[in-house]
Amino acid sequence: MKVLVPVKRVIDYNVKVRVKADGSGVDLANVKMSMNPFDEIAVEQAIRLKEAGKAEEIVAVSIGVKQAQETLRTALAMGADRAILIVAADDVNTDIEPLAVAKLLKAVADEEQPGLILCGKQAIDNDMNATGQMLAALLGWAQATFTSELEIENGQAKATREVDGGLQVISVKMPAVVSVDLRLNEPRYASLPNIMKAKKKPLDEKTPADYGVDVAPRLSVVSTSEPATRKAGVKVADVAELVSKLKNEAGVL
Amino acid sequence: MTDPDREAALSEIRAAVAQLCARYGEAYWRKLDSEQGYPTEFVAEMTEAGFLGALIPEEYGGTGLGLLEACAILEEISRRGAHAGACHAQLYVMGVILRHGSAAQKAEWLPKIASGEIRLQSFGVTEPTTGTDTTALKTTARREGESWIVNGQKVWISRVQHSDLMVLLARTRPFDAKRKTEGLSAFLVDLREARGRGLEVRPIDAMINHHACELFFDDLAIPAENLIGEEGGGWPVILTGMNAERILIAAECVGDGRYFLDRASAYAKERVVFGRPIGANQGVAFPLARAHADVEAAALMVERAANLYEAGRPCGAEANMAKLLAAEASWKAGDAAMQTFGGFAFSKEYHVERKFRETRLYQIAPISTNLILSFLAEKVLGLPRSF
Ligand SMILES: Cc1cc2nc3c(=O)[nH]c(=O)nc-3n(C[C@H](O)[C@H](O)[C@H](O)COP(=O)(O)OP(=O)(O)OC[C@H]3O[C@@H](n4cnc5c(N)ncnc54)[C@H](O)[C@@H]3O)c2cc1C
Ligand SMILES: Cc1cc2nc3c(=O)[nH]c(=O)nc-3n(C[C@H](O)[C@H](O)[C@H](O)COP(=O)(O)OP(=O)(O)OC[C@H]3O[C@@H](n4cnc5c(N)ncnc54)[C@H](O)[C@@H]3O)c2cc1C
Repeated sequence: MKVLVPVKRVIDYNVKVRVKADGSGVDLANVKMSMNPFDEIAVEQAIRLKEAGKAEEIVAVSIGVKQAQETLRTALAMGADRAILIVAADDVNTDIEPLAVAKLLKAVADEEQPGLILCGKQAIDNDMNATGQMLAALLGWAQATFTSELEIENGQAKATREVDGGLQVISVKMPAVVSVDLRLNEPRYASLPNIMKAKKKPLDEKTPADYGVDVAPRLSVVSTSEPATRKAGVKVADVAELVSKLKNEAGVL
Repeated sequence: MTDPDREAALSEIRAAVAQLCARYGEAYWRKLDSEQGYPTEFVAEMTEAGFLGALIPEEYGGTGLGLLEACAILEEISRRGAHAGACHAQLYVMGVILRHGSAAQKAEWLPKIASGEIRLQSFGVTEPTTGTDTTALKTTARREGESWIVNGQKVWISRVQHSDLMVLLARTRPFDAKRKTEGLSAFLVDLREARGRGLEVRPIDAMINHHACELFFDDLAIPAENLIGEEGGGWPVILTGMNAERILIAAECVGDGRYFLDRASAYAKERVVFGRPIGANQGVAFPLARAHADVEAAALMVERAANLYEAGRPCGAEANMAKLLAAEASWKAGDAAMQTFGGFAFSKEYHVERKFRETRLYQIAPISTNLILSFLAEKVLGLPRSF
């Protein structure tokens, strides 16, 4: 079985995000970028499937600016076998929308015929949580989202899903799209020999035109703003005052 | 400038090392520091991930990378709050075997060092009564049949209790004031066999957790085949590794400097007194800004020295300057960070004081600043000799 893993280049999760002065988005110039953490988990899961003898080949795909090459190299260093980069933007500030990404991934899937697509549940930059679902719909495949445990057996993917207030276990027919959640695994870091070997693994470069997909935006960003700063708290004199405030002002008791 | 492909690989190496370090965290290092413990698990993981075999050629099981990659590894370990001194020597002491060992010695030891099966991370040069005046060292080795018999004393030899092998420098011919550098020889000592059979090891209660020991040799017998290079030709054996060591230590200092600035800048943005972040006061911000400039300037000298070293060109002056500048820059950055943290700098929970102590070492070892200045004055500027 071949596993396809889409990986997105996003602002590093350690970076303190700054909103651009004109509110058009987040400042990405000279900011550290990394692989979307949920995608790292997807890559890790694909590697574990390969190590368990359940997958033969792992193909990582990234859609975005040319620099996403680095993200793909990381996936290759972790253990993916080859990579496809679809250069769909020149400007690092351009975000390709989920539907366009899903259409491109569908085209790649049509070509590659994977048995499983493992993707992050969402990208930490825009938190859309849409690409996996759209992709499953376009392909007409089964999907399992928010997966925190995964077993592949007899053409079925058994996924434990993190739903509100508990866990749900579903079994879906393969080929399927599985989107992964935080607790699925702890991704490995690349070993030094693997970082060096990754340089020799194939990385194909494509454009959206190669797949006949239009990536022009359909949404426009109206404004972006920092979260409101927390207001200072108040000190209460004693427990009685606290209880009274919780009851009468906050209305939580 | 480093080419873009290599630059990309270097940033991947840094990212992977950072991820590895994140599994330990600063509380791990603080605990070891308080117990004088050795980071066995951390070093094992660094080895397994191939980072400590970076400089060993591929034919011997390493990754055969350049000094820039090794610098990136040590710099990143330091930057993440870890103490690179616990493992740096495994990266470079093997250079003695690689460059001067016989074919048999290379085949025997290098693959085992690359895999971590053998730890070669002790280097025995310094002695209590001669110190920096290295060629005056008094430990002797005399040939008896198929063995060398060692007598004497060493001090401040790091990681002896966590190493399987040690490179030892001893006199095999009497000291001749006219030919000071001749008559010294380098040996490979198998510490597993030597302890209790002519070698006594005493740990030194020290300011930092560097596992340095005093060594006492009393008729220790080493097999004749453990001589590295030629008898009497030990000085060049030791010397050729020194430029690499200095550049690598300098990279560690750059990492320390960046650590201090990461931590202090974050703290200065968050800590509010007088109703605003302390970083809004130029009295707090400027020392950090200056330390940043110093650290980045030192980083350039490290890169330059590493480039020359890799090109096989003379780099003694640059390697020494990189070490001097980086060790002073990291110390200044540490001092600025201490001041920024105010009273909390003294709380071990904030870790800055531990790193401050650790980075202080590099103005003294492996060579002190004065000796570098004396080298530059004499060898680069052509000033008269002072000693
Ligand atoms: C934690 C630690 C780990 C170490 N690990 C090792 C190790 O693994 N292997 C090893 O061989 N050694 C090791 N050393 C020893 C280290 O290399 C020496 O301490 C260092 O070279 C200085 O030598 P010394 O301590 O004898 O100082 P000294 O030679 O006594 O010098 C004392 C001071 O006088 C200055 N000085 C001396 N001569 C001159 C001069 N002519 N002109 C101007 N100034 C001068 C020096 O710069 C220094 O500041 C370690 C030391 C420490 C502290
Ligand atoms: C070992 C030890 C013993 C102590 N003993 C006592 C004790 O017995 N009793 C007691 O009351 N306290 C004690 N202290 C506390 C000590 O007095 C404070 O740590 C010190 O006054 C600094 O305050 P702070 O730590 O809150 O630093 P902060 O006020 O947070 O200051 C941090 C840094 O910002 C700088 N800074 C702050 N505001 C400005 C500004 N407007 N302009 C320029 N720079 C600024 C400071 O100079 C400092 O470098 C002790 C501290 C230690 C470490």
